[in-house]
Formats: sequence, structure tokens, C-alpha cells
Amino acid sequence: MSRLVTLSDAELVQHCRAGDPGAWNELVERYSRYVYAIAIRGFRLSDEDAEDVFQDVFTRVYTRLDSLRDDSALRPWIAQLTRRRCLDALVSKGREVPAEEVYSVDESTDLAEVEEAFTVREALAGLSESCQDILDRFFTRDQSYRTISNELDLPSGTIASRIARCLGRLRDQLEGRNDASEGSRK
Amino acid sequence: MTGSYDQERLGVLLRALRPAPLGWVRAAQELPSARRTIDEIVARAEADLAFREALITNLEQALAVEGYEPDRRILDELRDRLTER
Repeated sequence: MSRLVTLSDAELVQHCRAGDPGAWNELVERYSRYVYAIAIRGFRLSDEDAEDVFQDVFTRVYTRLDSLRDDSALRPWIAQLTRRRCLDALVSKGREVPAEEVYSVDESTDLAEVEEAFTVREALAGLSESCQDILDRFFTRDQSYRTISNELDLPSGTIASRIARCLGRLRDQLEGRNDASEGSRK
Repeated sequence: MTGSYDQERLGVLLRALRPAPLGWVRAAQELPSARRTIDEIVARAEADLAFREALITNLEQALAVEGYEPDRRILDELRDRLTER
């Protein structure tokens, strides 16, 4: 695991500003799913529009990183940039965006779920790499038990119980009952 | 945050953050080098009027002649930068 993965957002921003070549890659890696989810799930943009938003958001983050006043506020800053660009994309496509939608995006169920999902993802980073891997394969890459079994060279009959065990650890992590052996990124 | 996470809820939340397409992520990660390429081309265009004219006349062709293989976003930004003055 790269040392950069363990950095807080504020530390990561400082490394980016200092020109650390791996820091920018880590920042994009850390927030790519988040920006993608806001565009696709939160605003239901087409793939084409979502790609434009995605690239534009990261371009703005890169070029305006010096203007971020509180380095620890990276996540809300990226969220705000993404939501604004998504609204711009909808308006430019001719879709009317009611004023109440502009002002109440924080209350959107889908956006709230993306925020909660990011919190879960942060907790996931505190689990062992094997747990992170198996949960990611099953839940976000839609791999079957058979595929996971083949690729990780594990008995297929143990996959479900491993997933259940890792979910239990994830729940413990989220509810503050993390085992001492499971480190936390933040 | 709900404060209560059963397995079903955790599954829903894990599925909510799917990976962005790899090509998008790579393109975003290559932004620093793309910015350097843009800055280099713009600096050359400011110093070399013939190159600047060639870029304005046919951007893709002028860049290909010089060995650049820029993607659409670099081309779009170069068009903006070259015509903004």
C-alpha cells in the first residue's frame, strides 16, 4: 500500500501543492468514485455529460488547489464543484432546473446516499487489504463467488462467509468498534 | 448517517460508489503532464509567430507536424488559450 493512501486529505493537498508526483494520482483515486457517483447517481447525467463534468472537476481542483482555504475541506469543496458543474450540464442541455433544486441538492436522497457511501468507503480503507479486496470485487465490480474464488484462489464455499465476516468488521469500524489490528486511514 | 448498518444496508452503500471508468481516471491523473504540454505549446506560440499562425490555421495538423498527439480536451483548451488574446 502506498504511503500516500494513509494521508489525511489536508496532508494530501499539501503534498499536491509541493509537486509530489504520486499525490495527485492518489487524490484522483480517492475522489474519482465520489465525483462519478454524484454525476451519475445524484444528477443522473448521461455518460457523455458525466465524463465532461468528471474531467472538468478534476481540472478545476488541480488548477485552483492554491485557492482552497482549509485543506481539510477538500471533500466538501469537490462536492460543491461537482454539483455546480452537474447543474451547468443540465442547464446547457436545455433541462429546466427549478430554483428549489439548485438550493436543495443537499437534501436529495441520492446525494445524501453518496455522502454516506463515501463515509463507508473511508471506513473500508481501515480494513485489511484482503477484506477491502473481496468487498470491492463483490459489491462494486459485481464479481460472482466463482470469479472471486478463481481470481483469489480461495475455496468457493468460503466466499460468502468471508464477505459476511468482512461486512461485520466494516460495521464495527463504522460504529467505532474497530479491532486494534485494523488500521485507519484518517 | 444512520448509525445502524446491517449487511443489506452496507451492500447498498458499497454499491453506490462504483469505480469510474478507468480511462476517465487515467485522463484526470495525467492532468499535470497535460497542463505542462499546453503551457509549453502556448509559450512556443508566443515566441514563434509562424508556429502560432500554423496553430490557428489548423491546430491538429500543426501539432502533429511537431510530434504532439493531444486529446480533445487539450485541443479545446489550446483553442481557447490561442484565441483569448
